[in-house]
Amino acid sequence: MINWSVILNIAKTHLVTKMKSTATAALGVTFGIGAYITMISFMTGLNDMLDGLVLNQTPHIHLYNEIEPSETQPISLYDEFENSMNVVHSIRPRQIQKKIHNALPILNYLKQDKDVKGATPQLQAQIFYLSGSIELSGALIGINVMEETRLSSMGDYIVNGTPEALKNTDNGILLGSGLAEKMSLSVGDRVQISTVGGAIFPLKIVGFYQSGVATVDNSQSFANLKTVQRIMGEAQNYITDINIRLNDISLAPTLAKRLQKQFMVKATDINEANAQFETGSNIRNLITYAVSITLLIVAGFGIYNILNMLIYEKMKDIAILKAIGFSGLDVQLIFMSQAMIIGLVGGGLGLIIGYVLSRVIDNLAFETSALPTITTYPVSYNLGYYVVGLVFALLSTFVAGWLPSAKARRIDPVIIIRGT
Amino acid sequence: MEYVLETKDINKHFYKPKDFHVLKDISFAVRVGEFASIMGKSGSGKSTLLYILSTMDTEYTGELYLNHELVTGRHHNELSRMRNKHIGFVFQFHYLLSEFTVLENVMLPAKKLNEKSHTAIERDAMQKLEMLKIDYLAHQRASRISGGEKQRVAIARALINNPVILMGDEPTGNLDSHNADNVFHIFKKLKEEEGLSLLIVTHDEDFAKRTDRIIQMEDGRIIS
Repeated sequence: MINWSVILNIAKTHLVTKMKSTATAALGVTFGIGAYITMISFMTGLNDMLDGLVLNQTPHIHLYNEIEPSETQPISLYDEFENSMNVVHSIRPRQIQKKIHNALPILNYLKQDKDVKGATPQLQAQIFYLSGSIELSGALIGINVMEETRLSSMGDYIVNGTPEALKNTDNGILLGSGLAEKMSLSVGDRVQISTVGGAIFPLKIVGFYQSGVATVDNSQSFANLKTVQRIMGEAQNYITDINIRLNDISLAPTLAKRLQKQFMVKATDINEANAQFETGSNIRNLITYAVSITLLIVAGFGIYNILNMLIYEKMKDIAILKAIGFSGLDVQLIFMSQAMIIGLVGGGLGLIIGYVLSRVIDNLAFETSALPTITTYPVSYNLGYYVVGLVFALLSTFVAGWLPSAKARRIDPVIIIRGT
Repeated sequence: MEYVLETKDINKHFYKPKDFHVLKDISFAVRVGEFASIMGKSGSGKSTLLYILSTMDTEYTGELYLNHELVTGRHHNELSRMRNKHIGFVFQFHYLLSEFTVLENVMLPAKKLNEKSHTAIERDAMQKLEMLKIDYLAHQRASRISGGEKQRVAIARALINNPVILMGDEPTGNLDSHNADNVFHIFKKLKEEEGLSLLIVTHDEDFAKRTDRIIQMEDGRIIS
C-alpha cells in the first residue's frame, strides 16, 4: 500500500533542491559521529595502554606469605575459657618465614595444571645500592628471566639490553632506570649492592628496566634467581613469591581461593589487586559517551530545526499532496525518509572522518620516558564502535525527524488551501 | 436518474472563534455528465461545502455519497484513496509542486494510485497534456511556467486517474479573461467529449451562466 518509490523520489527532490540546508543538517551529524569515533578510539586506546601498563606486569595470581596475626589466638584453644569473653591486648603478627614452604613442588604442581599458562618463582630481597658513600634502599628481585618474558610483557620494559644478556651473565643486573639516572650509571658499568646483613656484592649492569611507574623504577632491579639466592645466602629452594599466569583470566578469583587453602599461603588475584583500574576505565568511557551524546543531541536539534523550517516552507505542497490522495502517513514518511537519509549520509561521512582522524592521531609522535615501547598515540580500532556510531546517528535523526514529520502528518489541507 | 455525487442533510458548524452554523441542511445531487456551478457571496459556505464534498473535510453531520457509496465516517486512509482514484481537484492558486517538472506533477497522483506501470503513466500524462495543448511544457520546471499554463497543468493532474468527478474551487479566479475562457472551454470539452461530471465553485457570473446548472447559495442554504 505504501509506495516507497514515489515517497523516496519526493524526499530526494526536496533534499536536492535544499542542498544547503541538507548539507548543514548532515554536517551536524557528521561532526557528532566523527567526534564520537575519534574520541572513543583514542580513549579506548589510552585505556588499553594504561591497563596494559599495570595489568601486564601484574600476575593473574600472586602467591606469597603475608605477615599477619593469627586468626585464632592461643587462648581460644583452651577449653576452660570456652564460654567466657576473652580480651587480648597488643596482638603481634605471627612469626613466619618469608619463603614459601615447599615452593619447588608447588611450582611443579602448577606447571601441570592445564588452566595455568605458566608459573614463575621470584625472590624479593631488600638491599641497598651503594654509590660512593650514599646508600639507596631498594629491592632486588631474583627471577627466571626467560620464563618471565614468555609469560608477561616484561621484555617490553627492558631498555638498552636483552633478557638473554641477563640470563647469560651470572652476576648481571637489570637496573631500575630511575636508579641508573640517580647514580649516573650506564650499561656495562658495575654497581655495588649490600644486603641488610651488610655483605657487599658487585653486579654488572646488562640493561635497564623501565616500567613507567616512577616509584618502581626508582627502587627495583632484577637479577637471576640463583644470583639473588646466593647474595642472600639461601638455598635453591628459597622462593618468596610465585607468579601465576592463567590461560583464562576469569578463572583467577576461584583458583586463587583454592590455592590459598591448598598450600596455606596468601593468594591474591588480579581483580583484587587492580580493582581501581577497572573503575578508571569505566569512568573514562562514561565521559566519552556523555560528550558524544551531547554532540549528537546538538546535531539532532539542527535536524529538527531544518526539517521544521522545511515543513513550514512546504506547507502548500503538503496540502496538495493530501488533496490529490496522499495519506497523512505518506506525508510523514516523506519527511521521515529525509531525516533518515540525512542521518545515513551524515553518519556514514562521520564514520569516515572518525576513522581518518583516528589514523592521524595514531601516527602522531608520542614519546614519553614512562612508556619505552610507545612511539605514537595509542588508538584502538574496534568495528563495534563504528556500528554503535551509525546506530547513534540513525537514532538521533529518527527522534529529531519524528516531531516535525508527525506535525506534517496532521496538517489539515483544507486550512492551507483556503488560506484561513 | 444516475447521480455521481449526493448529499443528505449536511450540517456544519465552525466552533472558533464562536459557534457559527455555516451549512444548513444541504441536500442536493450532481448527475453523471452534469456541469454544475456553485455561486454565492463570500461567507455563504460554498467553499466549505466543496471541501466536504471533496472528502478532505470530515467534520460535519449528514451523509455524503460518491458513486452511490456512503463516504461519511470512513477512515482517513480510505478517504485518501477515494480522493486519489475518483476525485479530481483544481484550486484557485494553481498549487503545483514547484521543484518537479510539469510531467512529474501530472504523473504524481497516478504514481500514488500505483495501478499502472511507470511507462503507462507517463504515456497517459503526455496524452492529457496534449489534450490540453501544453505537451511542449512537459519537461519544464513547474515554477517556470505562466499562471494560465499552471492552471492547465493542474487540470491535467486532476484528470490523470480518470476521476468520476472534477471539482474546482474558483479555478478561474486568479486568471485573466482570456485564460479563464480557455479553462471554461476545456471543462466544456471534457463534459461533452468524455462525459465527465464537473462541480465548480465560482464568483464569475459569465462562467456560471454558461454551465448546465447554477446552484445558488446564501447564508449556508441552497436557495435555487
